[in-house]
Amino acid sequence: MPQNDGGDASIESLRHVHKALPHDSARRHVSGSALYIDDVPEPEGVLHIAVGGSPVARGRIVSLDVADVRAASGVVAVLTASDIPGKNDVSPAFGDDPMFAEEHVQFVGQALFAVVATSRDAARRALRLVRTVIDEETPSITVEDALERNETVLPDYGFGRGDTEATISSSPIRLNGQFRVGGQEHFYLEGQVALAIPGEGDEMLVHSSTQHPTEVQHVVARVLGIPDAFVTCEVRRMGGGFGGKESQASQWAAIAALAARVTGKPCKLRLDRDDDMMMTGKRHDFRVDWQVGADSTGRILGLDMMLLARCGYSADLSQGVVDRAMFHADNSYFIPAARIASRRLKTNTVSNTAFRGFGGPQGMLAMERVIEAVATATGRDPLDIRKSNFYRFDGKHTPFGMEVEDFQTLHGIIDQLERSSDYRARRAEIDAFNNDSPLIRKGIALTPVKFGISFTLTQMNQAGALVHVYSDGSIHLNHGGTEMGQGLFQKVAQIVAEEFGVSLNRIRITATSTGKVPNSSPTAASSGSDLNGMAALNAAREIKNRIIAFLVESRGVSSDLIRFVDDHVVVGNDRLTFSEVARAAHQARIHLSQAGFYKTPKVAWDRANAKGRPFYYFSYGAACSEVSVDTLTGEMKVERVDIVHDVGRSLNPAIDIGQIEGAFVQGMGWLTTEELVYDSKGRLRTHAPSTYKIPVASDIPAAFNVALFDGQNQEDTVYRSKAVGEPPLMHGISVFAAILNAISSLKPGADVPLDAPATPEQILKAVQALGGGGGF
Amino acid sequence: MARSTISFLRRGKRVDVSDIDPKTTLLDWLRLSERSTGTKEGCAEGDCGACTVVLAREREGRLVYDAVNACILLLGQVDGSEVITIEDLATDEGLHPIQEAMVLHHGSQCGFCTPGIVMSLLALSHAKHTTLDRNTVNDALAGNLCRCTGYKPIIAAALESCASPKADQFDARESATLAALAQFRANEDMFMGSNESFFAAPGSEASLAFLMKTHPDATILAGATDIGLWITKGLQDLPKLIWLGRIRSLAAIEETETTLTVGAAVTHQQALPRISALDPDFAELGRRFGSTQVRMSGTVVGNIANGSPIGDWPPAFIVMGATLELREGFASRTLPLEDFFIAYRKQDRTREEYLRRITIPKPKRNDHIRLFKISKRRDEDISAVMGAFRITVDDGLITDARIAFGGMAGIPQRARHAEQAIIGQSIKDIATWRAGAEAIERDFQPLSDHRASAEYRMRVARNLVIKALAEIAGVPSTTTRLVAHREVHHAAE
Repeated sequence: MPQNDGGDASIESLRHVHKALPHDSARRHVSGSALYIDDVPEPEGVLHIAVGGSPVARGRIVSLDVADVRAASGVVAVLTASDIPGKNDVSPAFGDDPMFAEEHVQFVGQALFAVVATSRDAARRALRLVRTVIDEETPSITVEDALERNETVLPDYGFGRGDTEATISSSPIRLNGQFRVGGQEHFYLEGQVALAIPGEGDEMLVHSSTQHPTEVQHVVARVLGIPDAFVTCEVRRMGGGFGGKESQASQWAAIAALAARVTGKPCKLRLDRDDDMMMTGKRHDFRVDWQVGADSTGRILGLDMMLLARCGYSADLSQGVVDRAMFHADNSYFIPAARIASRRLKTNTVSNTAFRGFGGPQGMLAMERVIEAVATATGRDPLDIRKSNFYRFDGKHTPFGMEVEDFQTLHGIIDQLERSSDYRARRAEIDAFNNDSPLIRKGIALTPVKFGISFTLTQMNQAGALVHVYSDGSIHLNHGGTEMGQGLFQKVAQIVAEEFGVSLNRIRITATSTGKVPNSSPTAASSGSDLNGMAALNAAREIKNRIIAFLVESRGVSSDLIRFVDDHVVVGNDRLTFSEVARAAHQARIHLSQAGFYKTPKVAWDRANAKGRPFYYFSYGAACSEVSVDTLTGEMKVERVDIVHDVGRSLNPAIDIGQIEGAFVQGMGWLTTEELVYDSKGRLRTHAPSTYKIPVASDIPAAFNVALFDGQNQEDTVYRSKAVGEPPLMHGISVFAAILNAISSLKPGADVPLDAPATPEQILKAVQALGGGGGF
Repeated sequence: MARSTISFLRRGKRVDVSDIDPKTTLLDWLRLSERSTGTKEGCAEGDCGACTVVLAREREGRLVYDAVNACILLLGQVDGSEVITIEDLATDEGLHPIQEAMVLHHGSQCGFCTPGIVMSLLALSHAKHTTLDRNTVNDALAGNLCRCTGYKPIIAAALESCASPKADQFDARESATLAALAQFRANEDMFMGSNESFFAAPGSEASLAFLMKTHPDATILAGATDIGLWITKGLQDLPKLIWLGRIRSLAAIEETETTLTVGAAVTHQQALPRISALDPDFAELGRRFGSTQVRMSGTVVGNIANGSPIGDWPPAFIVMGATLELREGFASRTLPLEDFFIAYRKQDRTREEYLRRITIPKPKRNDHIRLFKISKRRDEDISAVMGAFRITVDDGLITDARIAFGGMAGIPQRARHAEQAIIGQSIKDIATWRAGAEAIERDFQPLSDHRASAEYRMRVARNLVIKALAEIAGVPSTTTRLVAHREVHHAAE
């Protein structure tokens, strides 16, 4: 099987791969004809579900009286934990997420029951008639609350090397600090939604807006107490995912399936936006306690970092998320002696979950905060501190032992960006500006990104695909990856079109289904094209090889004289249409369908012993941002952004640039305007777009330059491309660092006590701490 | 005899709706009744724009194209309009030029926000800008959230397709549309439903007076940019709804040499050209008010009637010395705007009264206006603090001062200590600025909430006094502000 042979064609000969083609659904998107789950024509007799949540963050359920709910107009059924025939567990791994709370409630909004009614409006109205008595307890809301109770969702974990304590204490420069980084709401535009359609006997078809159809299948089967094979989960597209539909789409699909089981009718559950924001997890917020030792030039000798993650009430994906924060606490820097430790703290808030970057951004930001502190202490330009700490020939090993082999890619990116952004000249201009500007201060920062690609849980690095060539020459393409807007379906279609030498319109892209490709991994960890692209390529290549063998035999032509190009197959001196060949092959009883498979080579991470290689390769990039800050109000404006990013050899430059731009803006939002505010009772106060502010068009600088780095993956990935989904999110860190830089100008040499997100309030607080903020 | 149907145009054809819950939103009607699912629900509170549709309405003999949020617009509010949705753009010849540009520039990723964005751009293109700059596009899109693209390709598509656009199918049949809309007579009363549950759109103030007398428990509705949320989020019943949108006498904007008067049914969008002329800071405040969709639905007077402590207009109009006219039946009374707000969510208005119009005095010579809205996000956000200043300066001395704040108390409120501290003082004297700033501490005791802490609000309020007085004293706003520099505005005039 041609397992690792995705990059053999010369670029010039390619018809589809590397081309900036539009998203496969672009024309449907702009016409309103792309169907999302709530748009699919409803089956006859469909019922609608609304979910009732806990009004308090922590306590014992004394009683849950749903008699009035049941009697309300339009209500068909009310579901509670006692209606579950299988297991009351919708968790991805650790068994600690009940579908409906029993005995105890653990966060505000935790599902207690569901109403099934003839309309969504009737279901939502009926919810309010519940009478709940809960014996309330004092909740843990903050990191400090959890530390005081010493409650965690999973055991503590750490790794490192060298004698960190001795190294730091003997370092010429010793610094320490505490830094907070906020969480982030996904704000996928399409909220959580599922439609369950009961079939014969125990069969259940679930349409779910999920990044992980296989897990939805498993969870539905577990809740209903039936084998996986009775459940099919299907998803054509999501209206955004960003990690929020990796593990946390399952609950809503399972409730819909239970409702369908109980009523025997198709049942749909679409969360209201406010409920979605209160009932589903977010990016983890962290407190990071750090100590660093450096030589007098700012080269880091030792780092001790404790990552305190606020996980919410259950484990969910927190093991991997916080691990990835640890894996990225070095960012791009060689740290001779390092101790990276973590705690997964339990709080009475919604269970935090995957979010683009999966912990990586928090770890990386913490390190960049340390770099800034070192720069301040030495008085050197932060970029020079960064450069002198980069991975290098004599410093290749990460704190977790893996070698950074292609660090020169990063060096090349930094050199290119330093020039293209005109960093040095602008730095001088900004210094001059600040000297003459009491109220408005400017700052600039150029920050790197190194991001590890692969699921750190090694077994997840596998994928399947299913390709059929029909006898008319049309091609059915399916794989385990899901489409959430990232253009995965388009990229994989380009790969398959290339392999068969056919035009894209011959390929029918079909909805992801557990019935077609089983045991799939989630579309996550930026791995979608790497895994599914290769699986689909393998499937296509097998079919192609069979056709070649058939042609060799039937036409007596040697295989090197057979080429698939422009919807034709050139066989020696003959040129047949692809359709003719497909028909002939079928008539000759050639099998024209194939399941493809791929598993990532080289990766093997032994978590217990903190040894091995968690990542197949690293993706790199860098961003330079300039900001202005109003020292009277804390308002901030991003003036210019330049990004150079490494996607290897791009499968589709338009899609990749779209990913980079979108990810940067999402990262910028995370660190600036997006603030999750919980009150002391654990109620999320920012549970709608009126109060939770993601970037809008005017937040994007007019000067926003994104370039792809001219390189290729040193590993044998599909067409030597690199993953792109998550890494560019961390370019948003350049904005945060630029804000630090602007505030720092008020009092050079003083550390800037700025936490993330840098809202106007946080900025003004930091300005005041440096003696500014009073005007003239 | 009142018309008993909600009547509007779809694809050129008249649609009459009766027997529908009066609080049905346009979005629910489109998705659940008409089964047009191209228009999406993203938030159901008018903040994300995924549900944006365009209403083509007759104004002064011309057809205007307003982008509105269908999620919080009640079906009755489209009475007398043509409703244009994403399904209506492509023709037999292919995609609309805006759609083509979106495809060409890779303006969609997940695609869920895309229909709303295309519809906002349709409204922008029909505003017929001869030149279109980035800022105008930003304003047109401020009410459309996209979580995938980072907006850059969308802005590129907008700049390409919405500047000096060629006539599209809507232009081609404009006169036919106007003719069809004329069948919904202006002064005709509309009353859909029963005496227990109805959506009424009186055609005159006389009809309104009668309805209010008959149904003192009815809810008066103008733009529904807040009341819509009572329905979609608060799940309130609101069985009796009276909409002001068809009363011509309330849709009037009147201007004299010294005053501007805005009627209760005038949308922000309609009033903005006149309000913006008061001062460049009014233009900027108006630009940042809600979003395009909110400005095209919501009304200026509604922002006051709502009584919110964080409405953007009240502090600004209070410093101008605006007055309100309230009417009950045919009897009117007027009162200063600042007296209308009594306490948190409590106003000087009886159930039988409605706010008829607001009159705003124009700035006098030597009046200096400064308006500062402070929010987490610059556009489409609610103020944490809103500071408004009208400072009169004669020969370098402050002879009169009106300062009002939103977000600092339970109501929009004057800062009388600060005013007193600076009246009679030299505007150029930094000590004056500081005295004003310090006096603010005696004016307010703000609260902490999810928008800002009390400490931040107080610090910002103090600093805004300094900023305003420094600018009035002559410090260039290019050195005091990040955006909306007044010098640039004047240079552009």
